[in-house]
Amino acid sequence: MDSRTITRADLAEAVYEEVGLSRNESSELVETVIEEISDALITGGNVKISSFGSFSVKEKGERIGRNPKTGVEVPISPRKVLVFRASHVLKDRINGKA
Amino acid sequence: MTKSELIQRLAEQNPHLYLRDIEKIVETIFEEITAAMVRGDRVELRGFGAFSVKHREARTGRNPRTGETVHVEAKRLPFFKTGKGLRERLNGEG
Repeated sequence: MDSRTITRADLAEAVYEEVGLSRNESSELVETVIEEISDALITGGNVKISSFGSFSVKEKGERIGRNPKTGVEVPISPRKVLVFRASHVLKDRINGKA
Repeated sequence: MTKSELIQRLAEQNPHLYLRDIEKIVETIFEEITAAMVRGDRVELRGFGAFSVKHREARTGRNPRTGETVHVEAKRLPFFKTGKGLRERLNGEG
């Protein structure tokens, strides 16, 4: 299957076609949605989008890693990672069940 | 934050728009991302992250409780990889 990559521009185009705002405003709104979700995650919240999935931030503790090339041990500092959990609705649709 | 809270925030920032249009904007965005993944396409939102679909082959699994073997069908799984910009901002480096 030929697969392509969807970007902000495609999302803005869909908003433009569905909602009937200007192209400019459509792309600004797509940006605002992404920015709002990012801000909520950065300020420590989780983001739950029903029938799509949820984003949550997990704190990882410090651990000892190893440079695979040199074998030298290096501490990996504690950090935050973002975890996405797809909803059942999304999983089912991707598997052609809904 | 839930989808309805997201809609509320957008409404506050865009008092010139109808609430039903804002709802439609949010629905359209997630519907487009979903439809892309259904087609097997990748969705790349620079600075935020990328959605893609991973394939899992059919396999013979085992019920860990009973030890019984079960057939697990091939399936496709949605996958998200956090973008560099967001990962750095989460860790206060952005």
